[in-house]
Amino acid sequence: MSQSAPLPLVESLLDAPLPGSGIAWLDTARLENREAFASAGLPDTRVEAWKYTALRALGQRSFANGDDQAQTRVVDAASLILPGVDGPRLVFVNGVFRADLSMLDSLPAGLTLQPLSQALHGDTEPLRFALSRHYRETGDAFARINAANAHDGVVLRVAANAKITAPVQLVFVGAAAEAALAWHARNVIELAEGAELTLIEQHVASGEQAHLATLVSDIELHQGARLHHTLLQNAAIGASLVRRSSLRLHARARATLHVLELGGALVRHDLQAELLGDGAQLDTRGVFMPHGRQHIDTQLAIRHQALNTTSSSNWRGVANDRARGVFRGAIVVAPGADGSDASLSNKNLLLSPSAEIDTKPELEIYADEVKAAHGATVGQLDERSLFYLRSRGIPQAEARALLTTAFCRAVLDDLPDETLREHLSTLLIAHLPM
Amino acid sequence: MLKIENLHARVEGREILKGLSLTVNAGEVHAIMGPNGAGKSTLGNVLSGREGYEVTAGSVTYNGIDLLALEPEARAAAGVFLAFQYPVEIPGVNNTYFLRAAFNAQRKARGEKELDSMHFLKLVREKLKVMQISDELLHRAVNEGFSGGEKKRNEIFQMAVLEPQLAILDETDSGLDIDALKQVAQGVNALRSPERAFLMITHYQRLLDYVVPDFVHVLADGRIVESGDKSLALKLEEHGYVGIGEGAPA
Repeated sequence: MSQSAPLPLVESLLDAPLPGSGIAWLDTARLENREAFASAGLPDTRVEAWKYTALRALGQRSFANGDDQAQTRVVDAASLILPGVDGPRLVFVNGVFRADLSMLDSLPAGLTLQPLSQALHGDTEPLRFALSRHYRETGDAFARINAANAHDGVVLRVAANAKITAPVQLVFVGAAAEAALAWHARNVIELAEGAELTLIEQHVASGEQAHLATLVSDIELHQGARLHHTLLQNAAIGASLVRRSSLRLHARARATLHVLELGGALVRHDLQAELLGDGAQLDTRGVFMPHGRQHIDTQLAIRHQALNTTSSSNWRGVANDRARGVFRGAIVVAPGADGSDASLSNKNLLLSPSAEIDTKPELEIYADEVKAAHGATVGQLDERSLFYLRSRGIPQAEARALLTTAFCRAVLDDLPDETLREHLSTLLIAHLPM
Repeated sequence: MLKIENLHARVEGREILKGLSLTVNAGEVHAIMGPNGAGKSTLGNVLSGREGYEVTAGSVTYNGIDLLALEPEARAAAGVFLAFQYPVEIPGVNNTYFLRAAFNAQRKARGEKELDSMHFLKLVREKLKVMQISDELLHRAVNEGFSGGEKKRNEIFQMAVLEPQLAILDETDSGLDIDALKQVAQGVNALRSPERAFLMITHYQRLLDYVVPDFVHVLADGRIVESGDKSLALKLEEHGYVGIGEGAPA
């Protein structure tokens, strides 16, 4: 990227004052990332990880950094509530913690849940590992922006062997404002040995806007910890949303992710997992469904680094109108990760001749006795099935919706919470053209 | 009820139906027999509105309306039902859900009140009893993993629930063993009524031992070449299609 003419995005983000913290290591990390972003800028499509997601248009836009009126923005509280879910909740509006919308009373024993802005006033040493990361690649531009600018987010810890039964909700609301804003959230999640947690992360819209949001989540699962993480992305149709989730799984830790990507204009999710301990297991399931002119890009990177680790990934994409879906699933079985089992499947459906999905499964194996399977397909709705439904009296649009929903549900059906599963289906159906 | 006149139809540029005419009245059971490639399945597909079948001449009038002008779903709502030769497996779509969606879509199209799931389930259970089908079939995805016989019985079961006026059975007997054939036939017989007509397309006459037709037609090279009563089917059984009608292929 040429340095001669700084991009408006780069300028607008770096003009903003850093939230002063006085924590030396944090200031250093912020400054380093800020300088790295200032000098390298945004990646272009020659960077492999950004091959199908062009950032030229985004780079030409400028954003107001942060929302100083976030505390008073009116948000419909009902829109934050999930059916059947009534547990601790942390809510952020345009990246700012909102105590009035959150539920932090009487947290179950063993659960620590607080906004990062508060956590930074306490003992910051446990946050140091995650927050002092330095991002080395040009492709990490948004992680750099996030590290340099985020002054709030989630700090969530579960104590050893604590089993948190009620799901914990994290809600990120993009709320309409006078101008397009950039906001950034930094989340640090840690489950100690043998801990169990069900986490529901939502990205929702309150009014139309074209904000840029970045979220970086570091999730650490210690030995034998168990995480169910459901992620519903239903951001405003004009919003740009760039997320990175980095998971580290120690011995026998197990994470199950269900991801539903529906909203946003430009959406990017980097889901990176390292299986660091023997017997660690990761299962990811996801559906991305861009329509209109939406662009939704999911980059899955899984590294098997220990003995007998298991990963299974099952993703479905549905693109309609002139929308674009991108999926890259890169699995590496590192030397020494013998006896590992990795499977990856990505099936895609194009509902319109102008829609496009680019999918790329990659498998690199450097270990012995590894079981691995991967596959990707792009196709259309089966005409024979469509005719079968229509011949029974189901109108064409409804028949298409029925088949599309069935296609997506196949990967969400193992979600254990039935109410949540039905809710996901409802969101899917609402997103379908009828 | 159904009047087919001089019907010509092409598939992939090849003329398959070459002037087929047939009249079916309410309450009648017609069997259409013929050798492979005569156009039997094309007839069923043209009547139900499958894409890829181009009608080049002739007309099909159903209860006074031009059937060929209707979309497949509108034909279904008007009371036309096709039992598929090869029922499609639809993973992820529950059989009961599918059937209720179809049932209510048809009612909605006719301006009738839709049934809620409780009343629909009651109706379905009654039909299951008549069809002697286990309700385990209701909980599965449409035709997914069904045996050949189960698929055909599921077609007849759908017909029982949807109660069409005109049922077209496309080689429903093919691939069935004798027990499955009897069950399917029993289902069809249970649905015979003075208001309902059947068009049974078949290659073999053995189905006609169990569902006795009022009329038998021989379809050869895209036309009805001979019509008669059930004795025609027996004659075909004895002598084959050779020498039946004028211009029939050897």
